[in-house]
Amino acid sequence: MNDFSVIIGRLLESFWLNCELFFLTLLFALPLGLVISFGSMSRFKPLAAFTKTLVWIVRGTPLMLQVIIIFFAPGLLGWGTPWGTGADGRFAAALVAFVINYACYFSEIYRSGIQGIPRGQTEAGQVLGMTRTQIFFRITLMQVIKRILPPMANEIITLVKDTSLARIISNKEIIMMAQEYTAKGLIWPLFSTAVFFLAFVGILTLLFNWLEKKLDYFKA
Amino acid sequence: MAILEVEHIFKRFGDTEVLKGITFSLEQGQALAIIGSSGSGKTTLLRCLNFLEKPDAGIIRVGGNVLLDTSDPTTQQEAQIRKKRLHFGLVFQSFNLFPQYTVLKNITLASELLAKEQADRKAGAGKAALQQIEAEAYTLLEQMGLTEKARSYPHQLSGGQQQRVAIARALALHPSILCFDEPTSALDPELTGEVLRVIRSLAAKKTTMVIVTHEMAFARDVADHVIFMDDGVIVEAGRPEDVISNPREERTRQFLQRFSKEAAGGQGGWDGGDF
Repeated sequence: MNDFSVIIGRLLESFWLNCELFFLTLLFALPLGLVISFGSMSRFKPLAAFTKTLVWIVRGTPLMLQVIIIFFAPGLLGWGTPWGTGADGRFAAALVAFVINYACYFSEIYRSGIQGIPRGQTEAGQVLGMTRTQIFFRITLMQVIKRILPPMANEIITLVKDTSLARIISNKEIIMMAQEYTAKGLIWPLFSTAVFFLAFVGILTLLFNWLEKKLDYFKA
Repeated sequence: MAILEVEHIFKRFGDTEVLKGITFSLEQGQALAIIGSSGSGKTTLLRCLNFLEKPDAGIIRVGGNVLLDTSDPTTQQEAQIRKKRLHFGLVFQSFNLFPQYTVLKNITLASELLAKEQADRKAGAGKAALQQIEAEAYTLLEQMGLTEKARSYPHQLSGGQQQRVAIARALALHPSILCFDEPTSALDPELTGEVLRVIRSLAAKKTTMVIVTHEMAFARDVADHVIFMDDGVIVEAGRPEDVISNPREERTRQFLQRFSKEAAGGQGGWDGGDF
């Protein structure tokens, strides 16, 4: 019984890494995705083409592979060791890979949301003498948020579970920790990790449902 | 003096020339109806007046001031275009109300933003100005018969009610000329009456208006002038009793005949229409 609480405690500790990776990825990828979406919608053709190629590459290759490349490529190319040698360096490399990957997915969601707003909304703002900035923040933005909430919720829930991929460069997240017990012949800790993910996603689901209800007062 | 003068407007989209030299003028306090089949360039003309499209050539004057002269680049600066739009109001076929705002906020939003910009420059103003904007909005809502809907959201209203809110929203900025782009075409037939009644009351108050419409009986009754457009040119212009009831041009006659046939087969329109 003592064993049980010790093991759960250590799993919880390692789950903290998953949480950190989750929140920091969101923090950077949400705004970066907006920048990328503006890039892919740019009327300056070379920028749009460059952005679309980047999105294609990032969405077209496995996140696990991207984590490995981001971590090892600088050293193999003789650029030195930007990530350092310790656990912090491995975490930073994983975070960079996650941010780039998720920003690309978010950018496509933003783009579909922005382009889905009828042109008449912008035109109505224009004929009322509003500036481009006023039109974006006062008219378009709220409608975009309402539209993209369900696909964003989907993507963010996927992110929760993807954080376990960070183990590929030895970030000691919860599943990696649990497998240490598997190696010792104890299987239940690995199975129990599901509960951690389920609880986390459960809370997120409640949060997104609440947000969707909040925006139910109008139809767009 | 003519409040609106439009000279030799040309506009093409790719290979299609949509407007081929449109010239007309409009006196203060008069209503102009533009009729014609779809694809004749009516809506494009209206969008040029509101600076939603940029004509390839032509001159637009309001109250004697040149708003746009395609041969003079100083009249085409982006920053000024925004101010120039305020000479015109535009009521869209599909209303285009802002769904996340109440009816009241739809009407006051643009005025509030303008008032804030001016307040930033002068400092002061502020609350009193905002209260006045709201009071004016309520007056407009009363005119539209929608006072009790001030706190509703657009999706809670019928199409006819939404279009009346859109008219109030356009009027709130006191445009010199109010434009309508087929204001009843997106409405169920039984809802057109309430919108046409509002436009009629505006005509009675001598509001300067340009109305693109398919409601012939309405155009004949309300407009001081009628323009019939076909294939990017003005085929016939004049008083409604001439253009609609006794057209001189063969093309106008054909259009009206085709139109009355369709109207007789469908609902409302030519002779019907209760408003």
